[in-house]
Amino acid sequence: MEKTVTLAHGAGGKQTNELIDQVFKAHFANPELTSDDAAVLPVEAGKIAFTTDGFIVSPQEFPGGNIGKLSICGTVNDLSCMGAKPKYLSCAFVIEEGYSMEKLEKIAAAMEETAAKAGVKIVAGDTKVAGRGQVDGVFITTTGIGVIQEGAQTSGFLAKPGDAIIVSGDVGRHGCTILLAREDFGIEAEVTSDCAPLWECVEAMFDVTKDIHVIRDATRGGVGTVLYEIAEQSQVGIRLMQDQIPVQDAVKGVCGMLGLEPLYLACEGRLVIFAPKEKAEGIVEALRKLEPSKDAAIIGEVTEEMPGRVVVTTPIGAQTLLPPPGGELLPRIC
Amino acid sequence: MEENKKEMTDLELIQSYDGPPVRIMEVCGTHTHEIFKLGVRQILPEQVTLISGPGCPVCVTPVDFIDKAMYLALEKGVTVCTFGDLIRVPGTKGSLADARAKGGKVQMVYSPMDACDYAAEHPEEEVVFLSVGFETTTPASCLAAKKAMDQGLKNFSLLVANKTMPAAYQALKDSVDVYLYPGHVNAIMGTDVCEKLAEEGVSGVVTGFSAKQLLRAFATILREFPKGKPFFANCYQSVVKKNGSPGARRIMEEWMEDCDTQWRGLGVIPHSGLRLKEKYQAFDAEIKYQVPKMEGRINPACRCGEVLQGKCLPTDCKVFGTACNPQHPIGACMVSGEGACSAYYQYSLTK
Repeated sequence: MEKTVTLAHGAGGKQTNELIDQVFKAHFANPELTSDDAAVLPVEAGKIAFTTDGFIVSPQEFPGGNIGKLSICGTVNDLSCMGAKPKYLSCAFVIEEGYSMEKLEKIAAAMEETAAKAGVKIVAGDTKVAGRGQVDGVFITTTGIGVIQEGAQTSGFLAKPGDAIIVSGDVGRHGCTILLAREDFGIEAEVTSDCAPLWECVEAMFDVTKDIHVIRDATRGGVGTVLYEIAEQSQVGIRLMQDQIPVQDAVKGVCGMLGLEPLYLACEGRLVIFAPKEKAEGIVEALRKLEPSKDAAIIGEVTEEMPGRVVVTTPIGAQTLLPPPGGELLPRIC
Repeated sequence: MEENKKEMTDLELIQSYDGPPVRIMEVCGTHTHEIFKLGVRQILPEQVTLISGPGCPVCVTPVDFIDKAMYLALEKGVTVCTFGDLIRVPGTKGSLADARAKGGKVQMVYSPMDACDYAAEHPEEEVVFLSVGFETTTPASCLAAKKAMDQGLKNFSLLVANKTMPAAYQALKDSVDVYLYPGHVNAIMGTDVCEKLAEEGVSGVVTGFSAKQLLRAFATILREFPKGKPFFANCYQSVVKKNGSPGARRIMEEWMEDCDTQWRGLGVIPHSGLRLKEKYQAFDAEIKYQVPKMEGRINPACRCGEVLQGKCLPTDCKVFGTACNPQHPIGACMVSGEGACSAYYQYSLTK
């Protein structure tokens, strides 16, 4: 019979310890991983960045990753966007009674692999088991600490007219992957999630220049939502060149069929970067040397005109508004 | 490279047009959407007027259809399966979204077949699919009904408001000089109707949905129109064949017959609608649930009807962008992404 997670695994006794030892410790082992009530960590000079994120994706496994990989990438990327080198993570699991132990193991393995790639240590954790139907499979919350690199100062409020806007790769792939994985549409296409930890990309950019104004990772609302956020926060206009926005053909095809805008589909491994125009080429060149950002491109610029708006120059040379993000009910994808 | 050069030529040809004024109507909602998204209006010379015609199925679905669907959901306890767009279209008293909030069962589906499958999986529920749309979606509705029949499903039926284009072309021809025909409809129906219209003096071009295809179509129109002779051109030959798709037409002809029907904003157009044939009445929700006649009432502030005939622009409407917006649509043209008002609202820089 398939081994599953039971309520006893969450009761705090012997079985809880077994679950922690066999699944989590087996994958997360490192000198700082605590068995006490809290991890004890050395303090470095300077500033730390601190963030948290919850993950409830359905399905939990998808082409290009699973919820475990996603839970590491999401938090690591949030830290990276602040110019902080990710150092430590905690993770809290809420697992549905009856969840397959084998799947849980796979999730933990993906977390181990992704954490190693990102150079972070998982130092604290928590496991709860909820009754059947109270959660959908498994929910994970990760919290992370990173150390802000000297000279780095990025924020959504710092975009300036004259900045170039860079995206670190093709857009909309994670969202498209999840939509297809749900099989609601009967569409088949070869699309893989872009889910990836991106500290190495940020580090490579900092090697070129620390003069980067904004770095955001485009997650749930896609690149379009990020652009509207920045336009609002920095009170600037944004002008995009539609021709320059990288979109995979398969994603374009699916979007065409379903009437979706790729700029509003979720990404899980894409940075949106605002930097002075004269630095942009160098940044793109550095990004393209790395696998997760090999398709990096300059997609537009920041303007003084029309603050708060995102204007698209279409392939025929006309100017249209990128429809602002709507309150549509989007499926749960990250 | 060759392609690019060609496209530039089309664009230049369009921009340098110095012929007589011409009114072009795009009849397809997807065209409307793409035209706005690309900003085609901005590159057209001022003699060219572009009218967004009645080709968005949601936009032309009459108020009483929504009222009937709400009646089924609320009074008859039926599970109403529908394309997502229709859920927020206002009826006389609220929309299907309101019906859902009141406890009615409204299920969004992506195709009629999904609705049929839903009925098979939920034998304890009575399931009605809201069958709207043109020649492109009607065959799929017929196939869903056929599948239900083949499987012996007794709990699946259609509330039918399907429409066909040819009578609408006739009805609107006086407000138009050249039609931009809907590529997908022609892919099913072929080009005979359009060629015949050209013989009767009504010009048109059928095309696809990419920037290149649209530019080619406009360039063709502006090259031919000044010659003063009615014309038809197929700029979408990779998809649209003279004979269309006989298989799709066969299933439609087997299941449906033409009838007069109401178009939101345009009134009744004779022979422009479809209904299930008598022998398939078991799948006709109106008959099955004895849906009473309803007099749908449109919000008097809404000018969608005039927008659909090109008599006014969405921006001429007093409620456009204020009381009527995509979050709270008053007219159907604001609901669907293919509606002219919604496209204006979403893509226009001046509002």
